[in-house]
Amino acid sequence: MKRPRSLLQSSYLFFANVRRPLCIGAVFLFFLASYAHAGDAPSYGDAFVSASIGDARTLVPVLASDSASGSIVGLVFNGLVKYDKDIKLVGDLAKSWEIKNGGLTIIFHLRDNVRWHDGVKFTAEDVKFTYEKLIDPVVPTPYSGDFKKIKRLEIIDDYTIKVVYKEIFSPGLASWGMAIMPEHLLRNEDLLTTDFSRHPIGTGPYRFKRWRSGDRIDLVSNHDYFEHRPYIDRYIYRIIPDPTTMFLELQTESVDSMGLSPLQYKRLTDTSFFKQRFQKFKYPAFGYTYMGYNLKDKRFADKRVRQAINYAVDKEEIIDGVLFGLGRVCTGPFVPESWAYNKDVKATPYDTDKARELLSEAGWIDSDKDGWLDKDGEIFEFTILTNQGNGQRKQTAEIIQRRLKDVGIRVKIRVLEWAVFLKEFIDKRRFEAVLLGWGLSRDPDCYDIWHSSKTKEGEFNFVGYANSDIDWLLEAGRSTFDIEKRKNAYHVIHQILYDEQPYLFLYVGDALPVVHKRFRGVEAAPIGIGYNFIDWYAPKAEQRYRQ
Amino acid sequence: MKDLIKNKLALFGASTILVMIIIALLAPLTATHDPSAINIEDALTGPCRTHLFGTDALGRDIYSRMVYATRVALSIGFIAVGIAALLGLFLGSLAGYYGGKVDGIIMRFADIMLCFPAFFLMLSVIAVVGPSIFNIMIVIGLTSWMGMARLIRAEILSLKSRDFVSASKALGASDGYIILRHLIPNGIAPVLVSFVFGVAGAILTEAGLSFLGLGVQPPDPSWGNMIMDGKAVMGVGWWVILFPGLAILITVLAFNLLGEGLNDVFNPRLKRQ
Amino acid sequence: MIGYILKRILNLIPVFIGITLISFAVIHLAPGKPTDLMMEMNPKADYEAQERLDEIFGLDRPLHVQYLTWLKKILVLDFGISFVDGRPVLKKIAERMPVTILINVLALIIIISVAVPIGVKSAVARGGLFDKASTIFVFAGFAMPSFWLALILMSFFSVRLGWFPVSGITSLDFENFSIFGKIFDIAHHLVLPLIVASIGGLAGFSRYMRQSMLGVLEEDYIRTARAKGLDESTVIYGHALKNALLPIVTILGLSIPGLISGSVIFESIFNIPGMGRLMVESVFTRDYNTVMAGLVLSALLTLLGNLIADLTYFYIDPRIKAGG
Repeated sequence: MKRPRSLLQSSYLFFANVRRPLCIGAVFLFFLASYAHAGDAPSYGDAFVSASIGDARTLVPVLASDSASGSIVGLVFNGLVKYDKDIKLVGDLAKSWEIKNGGLTIIFHLRDNVRWHDGVKFTAEDVKFTYEKLIDPVVPTPYSGDFKKIKRLEIIDDYTIKVVYKEIFSPGLASWGMAIMPEHLLRNEDLLTTDFSRHPIGTGPYRFKRWRSGDRIDLVSNHDYFEHRPYIDRYIYRIIPDPTTMFLELQTESVDSMGLSPLQYKRLTDTSFFKQRFQKFKYPAFGYTYMGYNLKDKRFADKRVRQAINYAVDKEEIIDGVLFGLGRVCTGPFVPESWAYNKDVKATPYDTDKARELLSEAGWIDSDKDGWLDKDGEIFEFTILTNQGNGQRKQTAEIIQRRLKDVGIRVKIRVLEWAVFLKEFIDKRRFEAVLLGWGLSRDPDCYDIWHSSKTKEGEFNFVGYANSDIDWLLEAGRSTFDIEKRKNAYHVIHQILYDEQPYLFLYVGDALPVVHKRFRGVEAAPIGIGYNFIDWYAPKAEQRYRQ
Repeated sequence: MKDLIKNKLALFGASTILVMIIIALLAPLTATHDPSAINIEDALTGPCRTHLFGTDALGRDIYSRMVYATRVALSIGFIAVGIAALLGLFLGSLAGYYGGKVDGIIMRFADIMLCFPAFFLMLSVIAVVGPSIFNIMIVIGLTSWMGMARLIRAEILSLKSRDFVSASKALGASDGYIILRHLIPNGIAPVLVSFVFGVAGAILTEAGLSFLGLGVQPPDPSWGNMIMDGKAVMGVGWWVILFPGLAILITVLAFNLLGEGLNDVFNPRLKRQ
Repeated sequence: MIGYILKRILNLIPVFIGITLISFAVIHLAPGKPTDLMMEMNPKADYEAQERLDEIFGLDRPLHVQYLTWLKKILVLDFGISFVDGRPVLKKIAERMPVTILINVLALIIIISVAVPIGVKSAVARGGLFDKASTIFVFAGFAMPSFWLALILMSFFSVRLGWFPVSGITSLDFENFSIFGKIFDIAHHLVLPLIVASIGGLAGFSRYMRQSMLGVLEEDYIRTARAKGLDESTVIYGHALKNALLPIVTILGLSIPGLISGSVIFESIFNIPGMGRLMVESVFTRDYNTVMAGLVLSALLTLLGNLIADLTYFYIDPRIKAGG
C-alpha cells in the first residue's frame, strides 16, 4: 500500500522504522564498507544517541504517524512480519505463515516464546485486538485502509491466527508489519487519551524508560528479547529542533547519528576530524519528487504540452543545483531499487527545440513576438504551488521557472503553509501545478495515486488522472501474489505513465545518514543500515557512556 | 537640531542611517552582482575582489544580496512602524482628546495588547497567513502601536487645556482640525523618538521571524534569512553569517543611538541643564 | 491600600476577557481545522474518525459557542486537551513552564545586577567616556539578533573550545549525578543561553536607570543634601539610588512579555524544552488549544507581574502613600 506522506519528514530517520513496512523510509546502500574489526567479540554496554528535529506525538502504534513516533514505536514494538536486509518479508512475531485459497486466506503461526515488557505472554488475542482497533471507525488511524480489505480474522488457537480477505489483496501481507499492541493493557483504554501513549509496553528489543517532553526519550535494552539481547544498552532519542544545532552536536560527538543534508554531506563532512569519527552512508531514498498537473485544466489535458514541459526542464541541472548531485533522475512512479521499476524506460533528454516543436503542434506559438507563447489570444502562464518549509522544492520550482521561460511559458511560484495547501488547494483541486513528493512503501501498489476512482476530495489522485488501461493494470497488480505477474503489470504501468506524463517526474533524492565509528556491525544492505541494530556494538574500550 | 549634532553618538547613528538609505535607494548601482543569480561553481567563495563579502551556498554574491536586503530591512522597518504610528496616533489622539468612555475602551485595549508577548502573537498569525513581506509589515504594525498611542494620548491630555486649543475651539474649528493641526504636531516629539526605536525593533523582529522560517522568503534577500540560510554552512564559510549579522547590528545600533539622541533633545527635564 | 488593591483587581476582569478574546480570534483566523492536519496522512479519509475528532474538540459548533465553552472551561483552569497528542494542555505547559521561568528569572537578575550599576555610573558621569562606551555596549547587545549571537557563541565556545555543551539543559547521565552534580550540570548548560537571554535586556534597563537617576539627581532634596555638605557617594548611593530604583520596579512587570518573546528564539536554538519552544511547535502543528492556552497564560503572567509591580510600588513609594 502506498503511504504517501510529506517527504519533509523522512530524511532524519533511517532505521528504526524497519519493523513497520508501512513507514519505511529508505533502502539500498551503495556504500559497502567493511570495518568490523576481525576478532572483536561483541560487548554489551554504551548508549546510542540519535537525534530528531521533532518530538514524538504518541507512542500508541496505530496512531503514530509522524517519523519521530514511528522510530520509537519501531524499537519498542514488533509486527507479525518485517522486511529483512534484502527487502524480503520474513517473520517477526510470526514464525511463519501460509497463503491459502489462492491468496484469499493467510494463516500466521505466532512465536510462543514472546513476552510483553511487563512479563505477560504475547498471544493471538493481541493480534486480534490490534486488528479491531485498526478498523474501529472511531480510532483515527492512518493505517486502516489495508485492514479494511479483511473479511474476518479468526483465532485458531493461542498461537495461530487466520486472516480471510474479501478479495485477493497482495499488499495485505506486508501490512502485517503493523506493530502489535498489548490487549491486556489497552482493552479498556481510549487510545486517544490513554497514558499508554507516554509509557508504552511492547515486545521489541528496547523497553521504554523515560520521556522528557521536547528534550529526549530514553530506551533501555530488553534483556529477554526473543531474538537476543541487543548489545547497545541504551538508546537515546534527542529532540533537537534546529538542524544547525544538531550538526554542531554531531561535531562535538554528543549525537551519534543523524541524517545529513546534501550540502553537509558534500561540503562539511570531508574534514579529517569527521572522517576519523564518523561513517557516512548514501543510498536512494524510497520516494520521488514531481510536479503534478491539474489534468482538468485544458492546457494540461493535452499530452503534447506535458511532454513538451518534460523536454524543457533539465532534471540533471536540478539534481546538481538542489541536491549537489546526490540524487537521480526519476522516470516514473517507482524508484530504481524496486522490483516494479522498468529499466527500459529511459529519461527523455533535455531538448528545448523538441519542446517548442511539441508546443507549437499543440497550438502554442508566440504570435505577437512578446517572448511568451499564446493561443487564442491567451498567454501560456501558470502557477506552481508548493509547501512552505522545504527549501529544495522551492529551489526546484525556481529552476523549472527559469527553464520554462526559455521556451516561452510564464511560471509563477506560490509557497503555502502545509495545512492550507492541502485543504484549500489540493483537496479542492484549486491548482494548476503542484510541486510535491511521495514517500513510498516497499510494496509497489500505487492504486490510491493513479486509479480513476481515487479522485474524490481528500483522495490522492488529485491530478485527476483517468486511464482505463492503468486502472485495469493497478487492479491486476494488487490481486495476485505471483511476483512475475505483478512485475509485468507494474512495468507496463511505469512505461505508460512516463509516456503520458500526468506528472513531470523530477528526481529521487538520496538518504544520507551518518553513524559514529565506534559502533561496529553497522552493515550496508539493500534495505538501508538499521535493520540489524540489535547486533551493533561498541568495543568496551571505545564506549562513551556508562550505565 | 544643534543638540543633536553635538551628540556624537546620535550623529553617528543618523549618518549611518543616511548611508543605508542611499545604498538601498541606489541598490541596482551599488550592488556588484545580480542578487539572486545562482552560480553553483562559485559557491562558498571567501571574500575576494570579485565577491566583496564572499558567496553563499548557491554561489550568490553576499554583498549584493545585502545591498538589496537593506531595501527590505528599511522598508519593513519604516512601513511596519509607519502603520503602528498611524494606528497609535489615531487611537491615542481619540483617547486623549475625547476622554471618558472612548479613552477607557481604547486604553484598555492597548493594555490588553501589551500583555501579550508580541512575538507569540506575530508567529501565531504569520504561520497561518504566510510569511510575505507585506504580511510581516502588517503584523508588526498591528502589534506595536500601543506605546505610541499612550505617548500621544499623554501629550494631548496636557495640551488640550492650553489656550490655543480653546481659542481654536472658540473660532469654530472642528475636532479633527484641532487634533490634526494643533495637538498632534505639538505632541509628536515623543512619538518620533518611539518611531526611531520602533524601526530598530522591527528589523530585529524580522530576523527573529526568519529564524523560525517565517521571515522574508527567498529568493528575496533579507539579513535575517541570509543568516538563516547561512547557518547551515557556517562551518565552511564564516562570512556567510558574519556580514548579514553585522549589518543588522550596525543598523539597529544606529537607529537606537539616533533615538537615544532625540530622546535627550526632546526630554524637557534634561534640556533644563 | 485594600481599596486600591480591590480596584486594581476589578479592573483586571475586562482585561482578562479581552485577552481571551484576542487569543481565540488569532488562532481561529486560519482556514481549515487542526483535525484536518491529523487526518492528512490518511488515504482512505475516514469521515467518521474525522467527525469524531471534531466532536471531541468541539469544532463542529459555531465560533461563538466554541468561544464561550472554552471561556467557561478556562475559568476553572481547564484548557482542554492537545490536538497533537491528546494530553491535557495544562499538563504540557506545566512541564515546560519551569525551565522558561528559571531562565528568565536568572536572566532578569543578571540584567539588573549589570544594568543598574551601568545606569547609575553613566548618569553620575553623564557625557563622560564611561557613559558613551556603556551606551554603545548596551545598545550593541540589544542590536544583535539573538540567534546570530547564539550561533557564534556555540561554534566558538562549544565546538572550537569545548567549554560548554552545545545545547540542551542536562547531560545524558544526569539522573545518576548527585544533587550538586545536577546543579552544576544545569548551570554548565545554561551559561551560553543566559548570556544570550540577558544581553538584549541590558539596554532597556540601564538606559531607564540612567534617565531615572538623572531625574532624581535634579530633585530638590538631593540639592539640599549636597548643600548640607554630605559627601557625594552618600548622596548618590544613600539618597538618590533608592529613589531612582523605584520606577525600575514598574519596568520589571512590563518587561515580562519581552522576555517571554525572547524565549522562543533561544529555546529553539539551544534546544531547551521550555514554553517558547512549545509555542512554536504548537503553532506549526495547529494545536489550537495549546496555542490559546500559551497566549492566555503568558498574558496573565504579565498581568500578574504588573499587578505585583504596581502594588510593590504603591507599598514602597512614600509619595504615593502620602498622596493616596
